[in-house]
Amino acid sequence: MVVEVIIFVFAALGALAGGLGVVASRLPVRNALSLLLVLGSLAVTYLLLAAQFIAVLQVIVYAGAIVVLFLFVVMLLHRQLGAMSPDRLRWQGPVAIGLSAAFLILMLLTLRFATNAAAPAPAEFGTVESVGRALFTSFALPFEVASVILLVGIIAAVVIGRPASRPVAAPPRSSAPSPVGAPRR
Amino acid sequence: MIEIAIVAVKSALLLFILLTACAYMTLLERRLLGKFQVRYGPNRVGPFGLLQPLADGLKLVFKESFMPAHVDVIVYWLAPAISMVTALFVYAVIPFGPEVMLFGQRVPLRLADVNVGILLVLATSSVGVYGIILGGWSSNNKYSLLGSLRSSAQLISYELALGLAVISVVLTAGSLSLVSIVEAQRRVWFVALQPLGFLIFLIAAVAETNRAPFDLPEAEQELIAGYQTEYGGFKFAMFYIGEYVAIVTMSALLTTLFWGGWWGPVLPGPVWFVLKTLAFVFVFIWLRATLPRVRHDQLMALGWKVLIPLGLLNLVVTAVIVVLRGT
Repeated sequence: MVVEVIIFVFAALGALAGGLGVVASRLPVRNALSLLLVLGSLAVTYLLLAAQFIAVLQVIVYAGAIVVLFLFVVMLLHRQLGAMSPDRLRWQGPVAIGLSAAFLILMLLTLRFATNAAAPAPAEFGTVESVGRALFTSFALPFEVASVILLVGIIAAVVIGRPASRPVAAPPRSSAPSPVGAPRR
Repeated sequence: MIEIAIVAVKSALLLFILLTACAYMTLLERRLLGKFQVRYGPNRVGPFGLLQPLADGLKLVFKESFMPAHVDVIVYWLAPAISMVTALFVYAVIPFGPEVMLFGQRVPLRLADVNVGILLVLATSSVGVYGIILGGWSSNNKYSLLGSLRSSAQLISYELALGLAVISVVLTAGSLSLVSIVEAQRRVWFVALQPLGFLIFLIAAVAETNRAPFDLPEAEQELIAGYQTEYGGFKFAMFYIGEYVAIVTMSALLTTLFWGGWWGPVLPGPVWFVLKTLAFVFVFIWLRATLPRVRHDQLMALGWKVLIPLGLLNLVVTAVIVVLRGT
């Protein structure tokens, strides 16, 4: 029990430090790395909650794919060691502080009025089997809707990423397709 | 208490073996490449050149630790460490043999039997990408950046094919635990049930480790040394260890997932495991000596247009067969 508390404290501190880093650092790459720290700490918290599968998925999906894509974009857009453009949304800071304070109050109220009756998780909680069964029975509809949304996203990406169609008036070029898929001029 | 001691001893032993194996893999690779190219390879330092890795290691440790101008210092130091640590971490879940009796204790020849073991392996390897991306970006060098972009694009693309091959194996074995996957191969190794999966995994594994013929991230003619161009001394050694340990990891995974892990006649289990893993390490070196490098568009086309559709097909067929057999 003591060990769990210690691990939780470290994970929570890590998540907090990462969260601060996400908003405080001026270098976009540092922001992305701080986000990575937040996600990693959350994965540890999931492990403490006996949700091994979710913890590993958190690392695979968020750390392994999404933050990598963030880094890609940041690295390609900010060549000079990720120098950021001047801040144009000055009202964001105060609003964020206000919202955080409201959230904190909400959390404290929840804790204050919470009934102390959390039943211990059943043995099979958080395993691949139970998550899979839940996804394909009680949550089948949201699961399918999510997959359709993802499909829409994929199709949109293909449409946007397709090379622009040539103007109608342009003279016909050689019919041989160029090897990299984009027209070469 | 004694369990913790056993785990500590096992971890230390495993680290020692892995680092030594990685050092000697460099020698093995150079000697074998020499043989493939009808020359000697390094054979001057010690008998058969056996002390060569020691000399190389000493040289790397004593080299000046330089740093190029305008690097992002924290990230620059973090990158090689991520590369090495994630590569070594995978061995926490790879089983080397069945349980054995040592000094009156039952000692399972593995560090941990996690019930999502194979997912942990995939997660670790996807975190390992950060070493490459951050190393290339923080060096403040265009070759490093291009190399790291290529490398991470390649890793992310081939991770999908790798994952699809793994899912087919998981369906066949009915478990995500690497120990149960090996146990399930007691009678038939999965290479017989999943030949297509094995091929996909092998190709994706070569691409995941950035080895020839998919070694575009470090194509010397175009990118000097890719993401590790600006690294020297021990930091370079850490990247190097990460790469070579990753080769051993992929070989060990191929053994575990497809070639029956520790199962084998006559010889004890761990010996079989090491032999099979070494055989795959040899295959990696053999491929490097034989095949020329592919172009980047060929690499991407192979990954997205061939391996992933084949992997999906393999997955569907496997799933149907598993369901039909179950009913």
